[in-house]
Amino acid sequence: MRCFVGIDLGSTTTKAVVIDEDRRVLGRGITNSRSNYDTAAAVAKQEALVNGRFCLFREALAGSGALGGALDAFLAELERAFRLEQYLEQLADLEQTCLRNADAGRFGERARAVAEALGAVFARLREGAPALFAAGARRKSDFFRDIAGSQYLAVGETVAREAGIAYDSLLNVFDRSIIEVENRVYEGSIRGHLLAALERTFAALPGTALQRAAVEAPIRGVLDAELEETYVVGTGYGRARLPFSKEHIRSEILCHGLGAHVMYPDTATVLDIGGQDTKAIQVDRAGIVESFQMNDRCAAGCGRYLGYIADEMNMGLHELGPLAMQSTRTVRINSTCTVFAGAELRDRLALGERREDIIAGLHRAIVLRAMSILARSGGVRDQFTFTGGVAKNEAAVKALRDLVAENYGTVTLNIDPDSIYTGALGGATFAWRAVVEEGRTAEARP
Amino acid sequence: MSPVAERQVVKENAMWLQKELINRNYRELATARETGRKVSATFVPGNLNELLMCFDFARSLPETNALQNGLRKKSGKLIMDAERDGQSEDVCTYVKADLGMMLGGEVGPTGEALPRPDVLLLSYTGCFTFMKWFELIRHRYGCETVMLHVPYQGEGKVSPGMRDYVVKQLRETVIPALERISGKRFDIDRLREYMRESQKAEDDLVAVLQSAKHRPSPIDGYFGAVYYIGPIFTAFRGLPEASEYYRVLRAEVDERIREGKGPVTPDGDMGEEKYRLVVEGPPNWTSFRDFWKMFYDEGAVVVASTYSKVGGVYDFGFRHDADHPLESLAEYCLGCYTNLNLPSRIDMICRYIDEYQADGLLINSIKSCNSFSAGQLLILREVEQRTGRPAAFIETDLVDPRYFSAANVKNRLESYFQMVRQKRSAQVH
Repeated sequence: MRCFVGIDLGSTTTKAVVIDEDRRVLGRGITNSRSNYDTAAAVAKQEALVNGRFCLFREALAGSGALGGALDAFLAELERAFRLEQYLEQLADLEQTCLRNADAGRFGERARAVAEALGAVFARLREGAPALFAAGARRKSDFFRDIAGSQYLAVGETVAREAGIAYDSLLNVFDRSIIEVENRVYEGSIRGHLLAALERTFAALPGTALQRAAVEAPIRGVLDAELEETYVVGTGYGRARLPFSKEHIRSEILCHGLGAHVMYPDTATVLDIGGQDTKAIQVDRAGIVESFQMNDRCAAGCGRYLGYIADEMNMGLHELGPLAMQSTRTVRINSTCTVFAGAELRDRLALGERREDIIAGLHRAIVLRAMSILARSGGVRDQFTFTGGVAKNEAAVKALRDLVAENYGTVTLNIDPDSIYTGALGGATFAWRAVVEEGRTAEARP
Repeated sequence: MSPVAERQVVKENAMWLQKELINRNYRELATARETGRKVSATFVPGNLNELLMCFDFARSLPETNALQNGLRKKSGKLIMDAERDGQSEDVCTYVKADLGMMLGGEVGPTGEALPRPDVLLLSYTGCFTFMKWFELIRHRYGCETVMLHVPYQGEGKVSPGMRDYVVKQLRETVIPALERISGKRFDIDRLREYMRESQKAEDDLVAVLQSAKHRPSPIDGYFGAVYYIGPIFTAFRGLPEASEYYRVLRAEVDERIREGKGPVTPDGDMGEEKYRLVVEGPPNWTSFRDFWKMFYDEGAVVVASTYSKVGGVYDFGFRHDADHPLESLAEYCLGCYTNLNLPSRIDMICRYIDEYQADGLLINSIKSCNSFSAGQLLILREVEQRTGRPAAFIETDLVDPRYFSAANVKNRLESYFQMVRQKRSAQVH
């Protein structure tokens, strides 16, 4: 089947969205941008295509009625098993890479001890892998670097102590190796992983194994169907690195505008607060950008501001919003300078202000900055769609809602749970338009 | 650098002529003391070059020095020197580049030392900073300052009273002071002679700038035009050499029109013309070529700009008039772009968008220039509304290299070009 792909190469994460001929979202994929946009783009796209296969599995299985009410549980188990397979493959690769990087050239006579310690570390990691992907397991991140990294650090310390080698040696090997591993794309093994995951799922849910034939046939059918990448459009800061020509590249302003329009067709104004950019975009009834404004010269008041505050407070980024929501009295903070935020924060704490009130003030400060950019772009019109990482933060949303009501009256505020994919969705829609509406064909890639 | 090495960058013949003019002027300044010439310093907008030439002054223009230092990548160090000397981060970077140059012994852009001016002629037109700038120079060098107060066109027009007020100052203050400092008698016929030359150059310049109404435009009305306005807005207006420059330039441009060619860029002839823009605001000088490349790489040509009218506005009919020399000097000062009120600037931009068939307006806002920045968003909004064409806003600086973020500027420009294209195709459907 024909698929249209949008890839948004962000400074922190790379996102991909795949849509079908009817502009239906088939799949979404996300990965960390690494320092290598080529890999990030390939991995995000692959993830979106895998996600798309799962979407098609669901349809095919629902159509066949084979699993009845057990469908959701089956697919959830299948996905976890698939992630486990993927993780095990990368883990094996990481082990081999670590061993290569722990050779005598680097460690001299300690090389043997380091290699043995690595063997012990990876044996434990393999052992612990299924638990990471068990039902209900909580992971801080879904990116291999983060999962494997945190496990490796934890296990490595114990192993190093037991083996009597320096923990630093293991860290050194890991740092060197993870970059190599995360820059490899395991495209060829998807089908194999899915089939292996299917076996694991039958084993985990014995009830479903009884209908093996009825379940397997539609899944194999989907696997055999080609997901043709009919047209790909890239956007985001790394777009120039995408391995295709200008025709396939759109600015993220246009993609965000169109993406927001696709999510909410009545969108007139879009606000996107990402890691290093704040964009205010006005779109017309067809999702075409009429005007836009962005922060220039200075990234004050962007998502990174909250990241910095979280670091200063020794908190997780996702914990800031809930803390600020407990505030009863927002502290007025005017500076939106990321670098000054730390000083501002400590000063307020020293004055005896409550943490939640200060954090609420900081959220309001970044939204104030966004309000100025919105005003420059032509104000807030109905409907108003808020996207980007900061849209997930309830305290920022609350501050925005209040300030918009104060300055522009009542408008409908849209926030999509998948708003992080807005740019990629816009890109995929551009890809669809290029082929279906403008009759273009993808050029041969180098 | 030998001319052969410089030839790697493509330049029109007129550009070589101009380079010679500029270098000659710096040499004249450098040798002014030896040759017994007095030295004047004055600002670009609405300058009184013909009048200064009547007293044989060697003529220095601090803004031009700063921008030349910017183009030659020397301004960053000069600005930091000025900041170390106590100038704040927010001060106009032309001023700081100039002060930094003074601190470093007045070594000019060409490497030759510039003399201390004997007179600072301040024809004040719309920029308050000019006054403070000369106060700083006067404080440092103790040189004489002559101030010509040019009333702002608050009502959007030059009244006879305004013109008479400027003429009166010329007669009673400026000319007597220049006579005293230079030791030369004022000869109004000599002024008339210069003005006749000015007029020739002005006719040719207007023809060159308006050639951008053609499709494709044979010139870039911003990046190219900042070269074209060089001689006429600085120390050369009124000289036969300047008239010759504009004659050659016009002939070159006419030839390009006949050949159906686009502008000459540093990388050679521009490719297909895809976007026609009007630009408001000065350019960035420290990354001038990179900045320009972001346009021509995308097929964007600037067909008209307000900055190319910063010294004086000629395209709506004004010419220096040898029959009414002092009155026309007054009108020139009063009519330059920086002395226009916002509604007049908006009218001008809308007129350009219409007459040059532009796709829209781009504003380059200068971080350290309050004078240009004030009201730019209002201009943007109003022009968008009146013309229905898309507008965009980018931010850079004149000569402080720290305020040019190439990735950000490029991102906004590409977004803008795509927005123009998208709007265009939406209109076709």
